[in-house]
Amino acid sequence: MGKLVDWIDERIPMSKTMKIHVTEYPAPKNFNVWYVFGALAMVVLVNQILTGIWLTMNYVPTAEGAFRSVEFIMRDVEYGWLLRYMHSTGASAFFVVVYLHMFRGMMYGSYQKPRELLWVFGMLIFLVLMAEAFMGYLLPWGQMSYWGAQVIISLFGAIPWIGDDLTLWIRGDYVISGATLNRFFALHVIALPLVLVILVFLHIVALHEVGSNNPEGIPIKKKKNSVPDEEKPNFKFHHRFTSKYDIVDAVPFFPYYVVKDTFWLGIFLFFFSYVIFFNPAMGGFFLEPPNFEAANPLKTPEHIAPVWYFTPFYAILRAVPDKLMGVLLMFGAIVFLFLLPWLDRGKVRSIRYRSTFHKVNLTVFVISFIVLGYLGVKPATDVYTFFARVFTFLYFAFFILLWFYSKNEKTKPVPERITK
Amino acid sequence: MKTLFRTCILAAASLWSVATLAAGPTIPLDEAKVNLHDKASLQRGAQLFMNYCLGCHQMQYQRYNRTFKDLEIPLELGVENLQFTGEKVGDLITNNMSADMAGNWFGTAAPDLTLVARVRGADWLYTYFRSFYADDSRPFGVNNSVFPNVGMPHVLQELQGVPRKTYESRMIDGEMQDVYVGIKTDGSGTLSPDEYDQAMLDLTNFLVYTGEPMLLQQRRLGWYVFGFLFVFTVFAYLLKREFFRDIK
Repeated sequence: MGKLVDWIDERIPMSKTMKIHVTEYPAPKNFNVWYVFGALAMVVLVNQILTGIWLTMNYVPTAEGAFRSVEFIMRDVEYGWLLRYMHSTGASAFFVVVYLHMFRGMMYGSYQKPRELLWVFGMLIFLVLMAEAFMGYLLPWGQMSYWGAQVIISLFGAIPWIGDDLTLWIRGDYVISGATLNRFFALHVIALPLVLVILVFLHIVALHEVGSNNPEGIPIKKKKNSVPDEEKPNFKFHHRFTSKYDIVDAVPFFPYYVVKDTFWLGIFLFFFSYVIFFNPAMGGFFLEPPNFEAANPLKTPEHIAPVWYFTPFYAILRAVPDKLMGVLLMFGAIVFLFLLPWLDRGKVRSIRYRSTFHKVNLTVFVISFIVLGYLGVKPATDVYTFFARVFTFLYFAFFILLWFYSKNEKTKPVPERITK
Repeated sequence: MKTLFRTCILAAASLWSVATLAAGPTIPLDEAKVNLHDKASLQRGAQLFMNYCLGCHQMQYQRYNRTFKDLEIPLELGVENLQFTGEKVGDLITNNMSADMAGNWFGTAAPDLTLVARVRGADWLYTYFRSFYADDSRPFGVNNSVFPNVGMPHVLQELQGVPRKTYESRMIDGEMQDVYVGIKTDGSGTLSPDEYDQAMLDLTNFLVYTGEPMLLQQRRLGWYVFGFLFVFTVFAYLLKREFFRDIK
């Protein structure tokens, strides 16, 4: 065994990579439960890829065969329903863990210098994930698949000059049709997953270059030779880290965070399995009832609502009377998230040491996001539209206010070292 | 800070109350107490479907043999008593009405019913079946209070009899007024009102089954998965605790 490992190590850096990134990688010792969602997102990604491969074996990507093939998978393929529910539940679970993961980053300032690029890669993952989910949702070819895609693609028509040609180019037809389904299938099963996996790889490369933040926002890398030996942790970290810095308050990623993530994976799987086995439609939020009716281009559903993970952005879109401005504002909601590392001019990372105003601001932002999500599933009545406008304003106010107050924010003193 | 917090709560509360009001008036649905373990009910439901519905409505994603197996109907008995279309036992449950013809006769093709329970819900179906009423203004002489101006005739009239919207004279504020008291049959059907309700529950039960034929298997497997996860998580927790014992 040792000889085989040596043989491989002489040819590719297997053991070295394992040490740098897993067994001798220093991670802050004070990670709390908010730090499990990255690992969970990775598990869900693997789940989506594996179940997706098996679904592809029986799925028929044509307008005539798509809906039927999904029901074939649900009824005639052994455990096909399990594969399909794992995939459909995985899609929603992906957004649950990614939203929580993003909130963690916002709470503890994980986007601040030097982790700007790490945050940007994360946001790109989020963007590609939304495209992936949107295209995947067309594939069952139900009523909501069809009309949801119709609504979303028509948004591009709001762009001046090129709008109409652009929507035609995306659909490959004058309406959503088999041509659209074919291309969405190709993008959903190969193009976007490939981009997603590459971005996840880059996200982790970026993370391991700068190291993890932690709930205190205190760096675990100290100036070389500034820490006496007895205060250094009793672990062997790779010299790639220790040659440049003194590492304090850290544990190796394996076994510590591997066992911790495994425990939380168990907890996560309880919720995940509950949905799969006992409530796969999740009250119409994960699988919408009208989507159990095959797509019918001649019959528009009374009320078209996107799946829950898009509804905050959908509510922002509908809050604006002008279509083009609505589209711009909706994309603006995501652009502002991209810019977060530069909008936050503060020097203190963790919410624990930031001003009360910042805490309130972040809380209002979270409430706005949730309320907008709720409003996005509701019909756009006058009252709802009024509330959607108020909370859209509050959503953007978070970023604008942050830029102003973060420069000279009254923060609490940050300790030198992680104490608990 | 406190005021802001209070304002948030108030805003949320008012939003919630608005949300409940905006739901609007809908016809209250009766609860369908479906039970997928009640094979006799499912069998009676299948019998009703094959005799009264399949003429127009297909069940094109569901197979005969799967249905017989899940409903514990012996294959030969099923073929003899429930298959009227000359298909093989492994075939899908279809009929020969073309969409064009249906369009001519009813204005639209009769929808496939395999998944109707997942689209509409069991309560809607159960209430719908019991909400036909005589209405001379409609082409087939019937309307439905759950599905206004429905395109289909009341196929089950021979079972229910002619259902009419019934009003009673009651003394209200010192005046006699006609009050709507629901749909009542004229008693010309072969079933009593209670028997008809039970038959419609059976039919609803069957449609719930065809919507998700895997449901019982799914739930059974779910409990095993929970069992495994419990053991897994307990050991994962003990392992985690052991490792983090020394980390302060």
